[in-house]
Amino acid sequence: MEILNNLALGFSVALSPYTLMLAVAGCFLGTIIGALPGLGPSNGVAILIPITFSLGLDATAALVLMTSVYYGAMYGGRISSILLNIPGDEPALMTTLDGYPMAKQGRAGDALVLSGVSSFVGAFLATVGLVILAPMLARVAYLFGPAEYFALYLLAFCTLGGMASNNQAKAALASCIGLGIAMIGVDNSSGLPRLTYGNMHLMDGIDFLVAIVGLFAIAEVFFFIESHGKKSSIGVVLDKVRIPWKDIFDTKWTMLRASGVGFVAGILPGAGASLGSFLAYMTEKSIAGKDGGFGTGAPKGVAAPEAGNNAAAGGALVPMLTLGVPGSGTTAVLLALLMTLNITPGPTLFTDRPEVVWGLIASLLIANVVLLLMNVPMVKIFVKILMVPPWVLLPGVTMISFVGIYSLSGSYFDLLLMILFGVLGYALRKLDIPTVPVILGILLGGNMENALRRAMVLSDGDPMYLWSTPISIGLWVAAVLGFVAPMFLRGILKKPAAVKD
Amino acid sequence: MTHRILKSLVTGAVLSLGIAGSASAAECIAPANPGGGWDFTCRQIGKIMFDIGAVDKPVQVTNMSGAGGGLAYNHVVSERNDDADLIIAASSATTTRLAQNAYAGMTADQVRFVGAIGADPGVIVVAKDSPFQSLNELVDAIKADPGSVAFAGGSAVGGFDHLKPLMILQRAGFTDITKVKYIGVDGGADAITQTVGGFTQAMTGDMSEVVGFVKAGEVRVLAVLTEERVPGFDTIPTAKEQGLDVVAVNWRGLYVPKGVSDDTFNMWAERLQKVADSAEWKEAMVANGLAPFTKVGGDFQGYVDGLVAEINTMSKDIGVIQ
Repeated sequence: MEILNNLALGFSVALSPYTLMLAVAGCFLGTIIGALPGLGPSNGVAILIPITFSLGLDATAALVLMTSVYYGAMYGGRISSILLNIPGDEPALMTTLDGYPMAKQGRAGDALVLSGVSSFVGAFLATVGLVILAPMLARVAYLFGPAEYFALYLLAFCTLGGMASNNQAKAALASCIGLGIAMIGVDNSSGLPRLTYGNMHLMDGIDFLVAIVGLFAIAEVFFFIESHGKKSSIGVVLDKVRIPWKDIFDTKWTMLRASGVGFVAGILPGAGASLGSFLAYMTEKSIAGKDGGFGTGAPKGVAAPEAGNNAAAGGALVPMLTLGVPGSGTTAVLLALLMTLNITPGPTLFTDRPEVVWGLIASLLIANVVLLLMNVPMVKIFVKILMVPPWVLLPGVTMISFVGIYSLSGSYFDLLLMILFGVLGYALRKLDIPTVPVILGILLGGNMENALRRAMVLSDGDPMYLWSTPISIGLWVAAVLGFVAPMFLRGILKKPAAVKD
Repeated sequence: MTHRILKSLVTGAVLSLGIAGSASAAECIAPANPGGGWDFTCRQIGKIMFDIGAVDKPVQVTNMSGAGGGLAYNHVVSERNDDADLIIAASSATTTRLAQNAYAGMTADQVRFVGAIGADPGVIVVAKDSPFQSLNELVDAIKADPGSVAFAGGSAVGGFDHLKPLMILQRAGFTDITKVKYIGVDGGADAITQTVGGFTQAMTGDMSEVVGFVKAGEVRVLAVLTEERVPGFDTIPTAKEQGLDVVAVNWRGLYVPKGVSDDTFNMWAERLQKVADSAEWKEAMVANGLAPFTKVGGDFQGYVDGLVAEINTMSKDIGVIQ
C-alpha cells in the first residue's frame, strides 16, 4: 500500500502535460543519440545538462528529461548495432553478435522490434525492482569487497572463451591484447605511470571509446576502401516492419532471465550495463547450448543482451540513489546533475526527498512506455537516419568518429590512437581474431586489476584472501565451471553426433 | 570502466555548447569528469554567478579530464594563457599534485589562483559497529599493529585522502608510515561502502562524501580535520581537540590563466567574492557539507604557495616523491 501511495505521489509530480512533453522530447533525442556510433547514454545526458539550466527547469522536470534521454539512449544503441554492426554505445556491443547476422538474413525489422520489446521488458522489470527492492538491495553493495569484485570480473573473462569466435585460443589471445592495453596509464595502487613513455595523454590509459570507434568504425572504413565499396558489410536493407509475435513469445523466458541477471549486474557499483548485457548474453548462450545458434542470428541472442542492458540501466540507479555510488557511467552523470540541483543522493534520500525519488521512478515508467510506443511502430524513422548508401554513410561515420573522439580531450593524439586501433581492428579481422574480447579486456581489465591489487593490500599479499567469503567462493566456482565446462561439454555433445553419422 | 566511459562526456557537448553559447560567454573548465568536486565547483559557481547577475550569460562548463587535472593545466598554460573569459576549477588536489610534481614539471606559478570560497573538511570515519570510539584509539591500534587497520579513500595512493591519516599518525609520533595500509577506490562513497562492508577498518575523505551516511547512522566520524568544529556538525570533534593538531581541508576555488591583465584577475576575484557572499552559495555549502573558507584575491596566491611547499616536504617525508 505504501508503495502505491508513493507511486501516486510520484505520478502526481511527473504527470503534467509539460513534463510529458519533456519525456517525449527526451526519448526522441535519446534514441537518436544512442543510435549514433560513439555517442552513448552518458554523452547524451552530459550534452543536455546545460540545456536544463538554460531552460530553467526545476528538479523534477530536469530529472524527467534526463532519465528519458538516458533510457532513450539505452534503447537507441541497438539500432546501429543491428543495422551497421557498429555498437551505438558500449552496452549495445553484445547486440551486434546476433542482431547483425539477423539483419543480414533480411530480418532487420524483426530484430529491431524484438530488441525494442526486450528493452522494454528489461527496463520495466528493473524499474519495478527499483521500486520494491531499492532500500533492501542497497545492502548488496556492502557485501562486495575487493576479493568479490575480482571473482566477478574473473567470471566475466572465464566465460569469454567461446564468445564471438569458434576458436577459443583466438578469443583468449584477443582478450589478452585487451588486458595488455588496459595496463597503460597511471597505476592506481602505486601512483606510478606504466607504459606511458612520459606521454601525458596516456596517463589515464586508453579511452574505451577511442578503442571501440577505432576497432569497429575505422576498421570498417578500411575494409570499405580495400573492396572499393563493393564488399562492405554496411548497409542492410530494411523492408517492412511487422511485429514478430512468434519470436517475442519464444524469447519470453530469455527476457525474464536476462532482466534478472542485468538488474543484479547493474546494482553492483562499477559493473554497469556492459557487464549486464554481457552476462545476460553468456547465460542464455550456455542455457541454449550448441543448438541455440548463438552468434548466427538467433532471436534469443538479440533479446538477451537488450533486456540485460536495459535492466542494468535500471539497476544502476539503485546504488546511485541509496548510496550515492554510481553503478555506471551514465548514473555518474545523473549523480552530477542531482548534486547541481542541490539533491545529495545517499541513504537518507528516500526519506528526505520522497518527491524527487518517486518522481524519478514515475518518470522512468513514463519514459519506458513512451519509448516502446516510439520504437516499435516508429522504428523506420530512426532507421532512415542510418539508411543512406554506404558511400555516403561511411564518410559520415568517419566524420562523426573524428569529431566525437576529438571532443573527448580536444587533442589530436586521440585521433592518431583511433586510427591505430582501426589498423589493429583491420589486422585482427584479417586474421579472423574477434575484436569483442579486445574491447572487453580494455573495459574490464583495469577494474579487475584494481580489485586484485586492493585485495592484496588488505591481506598483506595472502592469496587465500581471494577465497575468504562464500560469495567469492561461489563466483570462483562459477568461473572455473564456465571456463572448463565448454571443453567437456563439447566432447559429450560431439559423441552422439559421431554415432549418428 | 566507469571513469573511462565518463571521459567521453564531452563528446558532442562541445558541439552543442558551441551552438548554444556565443563567443563572449565565460567558460569554466572542470578538469575532471562530471560528478566530482571540480565539476561541482564549475557548475555551482557558474550557475550562481549567472543567477545573481555577476555574469550576463550562463557560464559554459567544459569537462576536460586527464592526468588528474594535468591535461587541463597544460591546456591552459600552453594554449590559452591570455584568455580573459576562462576560469578553471581547482582544489587541494590541484596543489597536492603540483607539490608532487605530478603535472609533468609544471609549477604553481604558471597560473593565477583567484581564490577559494568554501572548503570540504577532511574526516576520518569508521563504521557504526567499529570498536574505535575516538581518533586516539584508532591511532593506538595502528601503533600497536600497523597491519590491523586498513584505510579506504577516494584518491589514489599518495593523494590527498591518503596523506590525511599519515599526517595524523606522523603527528602522533608514529614514524613507520609506509606500513600503513591504504586502498584507493573510485570516490568517497565507494570508500564508505568498503568500510561499512567491513573490508577496510576506516575511511579517509571529505565531509561532503560522508554527510548522507552520517545522517543515516551508518558511520561514525572520529575526527574532522579543521581548526574548529564545523557548523551543523557540532557533535563531531576536531582532531586538534583530541591532541592531534592536523588541519586538512579540501578547498574549492578557481584559477585563471597567467597572462590575463590585473583588471581581469580582479574582475574574477570580485565575481567570486559575490558568489561567496550570496545566499545561494551558503545554501549550496550547507547542502554539500562545505565549511566556510573564503580567501579571495591577492593573498590567496600566497596561501597556495605555502600549501605547495608544505605538501612537498611532507610527500618527501613519507616517500611518495623523491
